[in-house]
Amino acid sequence: MNVAPFIRSRPLGRVHVRTVTLAHGGGGKAMKDLIDDVFVDAFDNAVLAPLEDQARFNLAEFVAHGDRLAFTTDSFVVDPLFFPGGDIGKLAVCGTVNDLAVGGAKPLYLSCAAIVEEGTTIDLLRRVAASMARTAKEAGVEIVTGDTKVVHKGACDKLFLTTTGIGVIRKGVNLGAHLARPGDAVIVNGLLGDHGAAILCARGDMALESSIQSDCAPLYGLIDTLLAAAPGIRFLRDPTRGGLATVLNEIADASQVAIEIDEAATPIREEVKAFCEILGLDPLYLANEGKIVVIVPSDEVEAALAAMHSHPLGACAGVIGRVHAGETGRVTMRTVFGGRRIVDMLVGDQLPRIC
Amino acid sequence: MKYLDEFRDGDKARILVAEIEVLVSIMDIPHDRPLHIMEVCGGHTHSIFRFGIEGMLPKEIELVHGPGCPVCVLPMGRVDDCVSIAERPEVIFTTFGDAMRVPGSQKSLLQAKADGADVRMVYSPMDALALARNNPAREVVFFGLGFETTMPSTALTILQAESEGITNFSVFCNHITIVPTIKAILDSPDLKLDGFLGPGHVSMVIGTAPYDFIANFYRKPMVVAGFEPLDILQSIWMVLKQIKEGRADIENQYARIVPDEGNAPALRAVSRVYELREFFEWRGLGSIDHSGVKLRDDYSQFDAERKFAIPNVKIADPKSCQCGEVLKGVIKPWQCKVFGSACTPEMPLGALMVSSEGACAAYYQYGGIKQHVAAE
Repeated sequence: MNVAPFIRSRPLGRVHVRTVTLAHGGGGKAMKDLIDDVFVDAFDNAVLAPLEDQARFNLAEFVAHGDRLAFTTDSFVVDPLFFPGGDIGKLAVCGTVNDLAVGGAKPLYLSCAAIVEEGTTIDLLRRVAASMARTAKEAGVEIVTGDTKVVHKGACDKLFLTTTGIGVIRKGVNLGAHLARPGDAVIVNGLLGDHGAAILCARGDMALESSIQSDCAPLYGLIDTLLAAAPGIRFLRDPTRGGLATVLNEIADASQVAIEIDEAATPIREEVKAFCEILGLDPLYLANEGKIVVIVPSDEVEAALAAMHSHPLGACAGVIGRVHAGETGRVTMRTVFGGRRIVDMLVGDQLPRIC
Repeated sequence: MKYLDEFRDGDKARILVAEIEVLVSIMDIPHDRPLHIMEVCGGHTHSIFRFGIEGMLPKEIELVHGPGCPVCVLPMGRVDDCVSIAERPEVIFTTFGDAMRVPGSQKSLLQAKADGADVRMVYSPMDALALARNNPAREVVFFGLGFETTMPSTALTILQAESEGITNFSVFCNHITIVPTIKAILDSPDLKLDGFLGPGHVSMVIGTAPYDFIANFYRKPMVVAGFEPLDILQSIWMVLKQIKEGRADIENQYARIVPDEGNAPALRAVSRVYELREFFEWRGLGSIDHSGVKLRDDYSQFDAERKFAIPNVKIADPKSCQCGEVLKGVIKPWQCKVFGSACTPEMPLGALMVSSEGACAAYYQYGGIKQHVAAE
């Protein structure tokens, strides 16, 4: 991490009201107090401490980790803000950290921009910021700059977050969706669809109770272990929105190959399967926030699996399919029933079926 | 999953497929004229594609994907009527999820929602009634859609609203009935069907007697089928067996759910609340006599068509669309002139491309492996 001395330019302010009002977005003392009390207090670190308009880094620190920067951004508008297994803060850190990590980058720094609807409680913001800080620590990153805006009631839904991240890619690591070759194996690190199902349940508008938890987790540790053990890995991707099916289609398209997965080998929790049965959804399209799809050359499959099994987030890793030279761009699934079906991209959102 | 995995057993499937192959081999089916078996219900179409059943069958059997997807056969004009109700400022318009994307002539309900209409997805008409109870200052309209499967739940919700004295709840009734539609298909001169898989969920309500005319008058076999893949394979085998033995009977493979006499309380609620319309317009099939229901006069206060001024737009199906021929098994989805070009799931021209249960959308999305293998 950055070794700058911890210099605070001024004492931190405090908020003494219960809810956010438009005054907190006005640029005056109320806004400073809100930022100090909620975000600076939670994220506290040496790069953030001077509270300048920008975070400043020594280039040498980046160079020490590798030879390329990785840079990414993501916005989070999840409803509800708190759900089994996570919350918008945890999600905002994991999402961006994972987008860096699947490129083979070690995530280092994040920014955090918050859009807050007036009337949101300060306590809610504090809980979200604490969750971000906790997750950042777990992921080995620091949140070093940010922005807060307050908007009129109805102009956003309670709280939207945007995080942007910088990481460094180790020399020699080169991953791409276009690099899959016939014979490669498709590996996932565990049960699919938990996040999507947990969020749909947590919205509560279908009165279904379940114990499904979001799988939201920072994945760099697992990926680092994996890349060290199987340096020939072609491609990594976290199957978030659109799920496994969408990622496989992107790979098949970019690499001009076909991919076939085996339904019996594709791990999905019984509760998630049942949930999808009731609503007429397909778990292959449900979002994940703690999963990776890995394309591995066949001679490194064993090493990759051994490395993943040694990590808590990869304990259930397994081969679910193969890349082959068939109709290019085509993803198919061998069903448990013995048939074969095509797994295409969705046009829009999955909508529950009528009967 | 209990009660599901048992019906998805790959080993049993192989045995059934082998039995089907044996039957086909002794039936002497001409090479250029495979047997056409129609699954009437969209739920079957969905299972057939999801489990890859078509590709497991011998080439002497072709499945024809029938009209039993209520979302698909909804005419564009009715969607326009929905949008016009939904766009009234006092209205909360409630609908099943997959009806949201059906295109009207101007927009879908999804687009109307984006433009500011209060459109909400519900999982049951009772959810819509709860919204009415909790929002007494608003008019809650439920988009009643579906065959006899969903008809009773809408009827019971109306009876519930009546008993509670709720006045801000109404139903835009687009419920349709399957039997006249099967009859219309059987009457078409270019018919190429040899047998039917009967709709399991509809039959759970109406029983099996309403299909007797198919066997007695048209001499076609029908097997009322369940929705799990083993159900479907077994039902296909049962249809084949009837054809081989020269029989035309109505058989019930789905007896674990479907009582031959149907569900009496559900039928009572249906006949109490609804009466047949003289005719109803179907996307892809045109107007079919007595194929839709409306609310009886006794329940007019719950009838959105009488509560609101509805434009009642009539919009003809696009000329290039060959949904009707696909529905009757005259052509396969990919043989349609506009399949995959002018008509895609993103921009559906025809009914069958609209919902994932529609034959064309299912082919486009899940893909008929047979067709692709043949093309390679």
